Amino acid sequence: MLGSVADRQLFEPRTLRDALRMLDQEGPLVPMAGCTDLYVSLNFGTLTATRFLNLWGLDELRSIAVPDGVLSIGALCTYTDIIRSRAVRVRLPMLAAAAREIGGPQIQNRGTLGGNVANASPAGDTLPVLAAADAVVVAASSAGTRRIPFVEFYTGYRQTLLAANELIVAVEIPRVRGRQWFRKVGTRAAQAISKVVMAAIDDSGGDPPRIAVGSVGPTVLRLPSTEAALAAGAKVDEAQRLLLEEIAPIDDVRSTAEYRRRVVVNLLATFWKSRR
Amino acid sequence: MQFTLNGKRVRVDAHPMARLLDVLRESCGLTGTKEGCGEGECGACTVLIDRAPVNACLVPFAQVAKAHVTTIEGLRGRHPLQRAFAELGGAQCGICTPGMILAAVALGPRPSTSAIKTGLAGNICRCTGYSAIYRSVQRAGAHARVRR
Amino acid sequence: MLRKDGLEKVAGTAKYIDDLTFPNLLHARTIRSTIPVGEITGIAFNFDTEGFTVVDHRDVPGRNIVALIDDDQPCLVERTVRHVAEPILILAHSDRRRLAAADVRIDYRPAVPNYDPAASSVSFKSVAIDKGDLDAGFSAADAIVEGEYRVGSQEQLYIEPNGMVAVPADDGRGITVYGSMQCPYYVHRALTVLLGFPSERVRIVQTETGGAFGGKEEYPSIIAGHAALAALKARRPVKLVYDRVEDMIATTKRHPGLIRHRTGIRRDGRLTAMDVDVLLDGGAYATLSAVVLSRGVLHASGPYRCDNIRIRGRVMMTNTPPNGAFRGFGAPQTQFAIEVHMDRIAAALNLDPVRLRDRNALRPGDTTATGQRMGADCSAREVLREAVKRTGFAKRRKALAGTNKGIGLSLFFHGSGFTGAGETKLASKASLALTKRGARILVANTEMGQGTRTMLAQIVADTLGVAYDDVEVNAADTGEVPNSGPTVASRTCMIVGRLLERCALEMRDRLAGLSPRAYLRRHGPLVVTKQYEKPPEMDWDESTYRGDAYGSFGWACDVIEVEVDRDTWAVRPIKLTTVHEVGKAIHPTLVAGQIEGGTAQGLGWALLEDVIMRDGRMVNHTMTTYIVPTTLDTPDMDIVVMERPYKHGPFGAKGVGEMPIDGPAPAVVNALRHAGFDLREIPATPEKLMSCSSR
Repeated sequence: MLGSVADRQLFEPRTLRDALRMLDQEGPLVPMAGCTDLYVSLNFGTLTATRFLNLWGLDELRSIAVPDGVLSIGALCTYTDIIRSRAVRVRLPMLAAAAREIGGPQIQNRGTLGGNVANASPAGDTLPVLAAADAVVVAASSAGTRRIPFVEFYTGYRQTLLAANELIVAVEIPRVRGRQWFRKVGTRAAQAISKVVMAAIDDSGGDPPRIAVGSVGPTVLRLPSTEAALAAGAKVDEAQRLLLEEIAPIDDVRSTAEYRRRVVVNLLATFWKSRR
Repeated sequence: MQFTLNGKRVRVDAHPMARLLDVLRESCGLTGTKEGCGEGECGACTVLIDRAPVNACLVPFAQVAKAHVTTIEGLRGRHPLQRAFAELGGAQCGICTPGMILAAVALGPRPSTSAIKTGLAGNICRCTGYSAIYRSVQRAGAHARVRR
Repeated sequence: MLRKDGLEKVAGTAKYIDDLTFPNLLHARTIRSTIPVGEITGIAFNFDTEGFTVVDHRDVPGRNIVALIDDDQPCLVERTVRHVAEPILILAHSDRRRLAAADVRIDYRPAVPNYDPAASSVSFKSVAIDKGDLDAGFSAADAIVEGEYRVGSQEQLYIEPNGMVAVPADDGRGITVYGSMQCPYYVHRALTVLLGFPSERVRIVQTETGGAFGGKEEYPSIIAGHAALAALKARRPVKLVYDRVEDMIATTKRHPGLIRHRTGIRRDGRLTAMDVDVLLDGGAYATLSAVVLSRGVLHASGPYRCDNIRIRGRVMMTNTPPNGAFRGFGAPQTQFAIEVHMDRIAAALNLDPVRLRDRNALRPGDTTATGQRMGADCSAREVLREAVKRTGFAKRRKALAGTNKGIGLSLFFHGSGFTGAGETKLASKASLALTKRGARILVANTEMGQGTRTMLAQIVADTLGVAYDDVEVNAADTGEVPNSGPTVASRTCMIVGRLLERCALEMRDRLAGLSPRAYLRRHGPLVVTKQYEKPPEMDWDESTYRGDAYGSFGWACDVIEVEVDRDTWAVRPIKLTTVHEVGKAIHPTLVAGQIEGGTAQGLGWALLEDVIMRDGRMVNHTMTTYIVPTTLDTPDMDIVVMERPYKHGPFGAKGVGEMPIDGPAPAVVNALRHAGFDLREIPATPEKLMSCSSR
């Protein structure tokens, strides 16, 4: 395949601190976790960077814990880790549902949550889940740790607030009240890139509904007008009209803008009508 | 770099960012692991890392440093799945077969049909339409002992 | 019974071309055009050419063509480019890094491309079939139904990409090429023409081939030619293996097409007149288009009887990469059209789709569009009735009506072997050599997964009376085996198997009860060779397209249930039943393998696979964007095999390799019609269903 390995340099930190120091001193470095996106770009020659940082050995980024009712998922947790985690199944089942629909077993065993978030694809399957749940991205640098609300994390197409010397170390999700709903519409039943992907939490827990969609704009999108309308008692068709104004789907090799619009409004209706 | 390959500790000289697929095929001379797409879609390059199936075309060599890698050669032709695939039509042209068998090894003994389909969803076969593969896995499961 | 190559394949020790090592090897890379049509005005090398071998059209010692049917396709572009990705140069170097980094700049004077076969002025082939009196047929009709049906292209997507290694002879006047292929003697002929070498100085050896499906029928001649030219110029072995992207962009695909029907029908459901027009897109060069069209038109009226038939077919040139062989070879395209059309006829006249087909299905004694009389092994109604009974079709039709599910069927047939006089022209020869324990098969037919080695060994073992394990199959090496013809057209069992059956019968007679070992000790070596003999009753006129198009036909019926997602219009195939009548199933596991595999490919073509072209270039050229079925996309299949022996097939066998792919697409579209979608093209993507709901 394209791209020459000999030109590349790999930095291999043994601890998170090492890694952050290397980012400061040896940067810019491209962080490498499960490589399920990165190596596709390298194989096809679309990524021409030559300096990389191997995060795979940083076991401290692999834990899943629930301090004070907040679900904290380490950035290096793989989709398989997420699927198997009891804490995730109990507290954020829509994330396990999303993980189950990413690729196939081989991708799930290597792809990481941190990678999915950092990669910033508008079609990332975990992103609507995290957006709907108002997750928090925990980012570390040698200067310390900061917490970035997920809904602010993306600033444009494949662009994040992450600084060049920062790493995502965890994603935190506060307790979710209300029923969780997830639907991925792919090009086939497995190993598919999303044409539309939606995650939602209804109002059965007493909080207003929250809805997020992917693959219908340059980033994952929350739908504030749609949510507000539903919370105020609007009918589904009114909410659908507002939804269409909040998204910006395009035609691409996978699907069409028109299809995406019609599917998204259908999914909204199905989600809302399935409330108990 | 040292790692464990098919049960043996080996030292292989290769660039840390070389694809594990190329290290196996070229540095180790183990050509049983195949390249079908170079992007983690076809599963023909499936190997087991610490018993979990992964696409070797997407694994940097450096990341198997402390791991146990199993390739099709590591089954030494003696796994019940191998016999079953050969007998029941699970292998036709054979190019997807090594990856398919390793993914099936990871299913454990006596998987349900539904678990087989989900567990093999990352392996594309263009020849069989998959039915004979399910039959092969089920037949092997019927004969399986629990293997490490 | 264990397949011959099974243990190596499951152990990972079977060697495909990319697994083999050769000393002193150079790697090669193809430089291809980036425009669809125009002239090359300049070539510049923006890299240090030291150590590189550069091959262009001037390095062709023989004739710069890919010898196949027409002589229109150059092996390397001289000046005129006719499609994107047309090969211009071959570069070779020992260092893969330098090879990949070599920057070649090509300047062009582009011309205006044509991508529309209907607007093309270049026809590779046209065919006319006439039976009876079409006007009289329409006059006798109570109703006339018209329709236009469109089929998309399809990529074979063998998991092993194309690859070759060429090894030059020391004197530079001979060549051996190893690689992934279906037809060693096609490559052999192409290279003798390209290189100008005598026959015996060109040797072609098939290596273990990881899938082909027609995609390695004629294309290998091109990649082998490229590797050979580079090897001869460099005087070193050269390896040329494509990656997936190059294979998708540059190699042949299924001919897409547009088929029009105009059909006269009586109130009682009898067809009185069939007028069919077939338009196929051949791409930039002829390749096998003439033969694809031929098979297409010969299947265009479906497995039905009608006294008045007119079929017109043409395959046109466009500025896209040439299309070529893919399992089914024209028959899936035209049978898609007729089977969808039949359901529309049923709907238009309020007839039951099963009864409509049963009433019109060919019976023994009936004649086809070319006037071929059906024999006792014509099983159209039998497969139909079995499929309908087994699935409870009528009941399911009623139960699913008005829901988001549908059930549909297709009735189809497939001629085995080359059309008409094709087998006579091939004049295939097969040999059988006596060995100490049994025999050794010497044929040029190739294993590509379908089980050639196994099936032929079984025929020989059963006929000769020796153990299956004592029958060996020689490598498909033109230096060692006779030309038994290509491995295509579902001919390997029926034609070549029959030749080997005759070889084994003679060998058994000559052994006269002696063991092979004793015979060899007493008489020395024994090799029996047999050549194809046309069945005396077969009579075909190529100029009028009348007579016996094929030695025999297989017959099949698919029934499929589908569910359409209410939110996304995604189609989920739930269950598929298929009944295939194949003469005789020599090896039931292998036959099931062909049916299940071909059916899955047919479903992929129907629902998922779409070759998306923009400005003459395939843009979905990765396995992420070209979608084939995974386990979760493939339904459970209920397979029934029926046997009605064909007199001239080994043990009565007809062919089975291609027929399975003819049925699923129309069955799916007919099921979708039942679910409320008036669709007349494939792939039946959710986006298309969204725009054609009739509810």
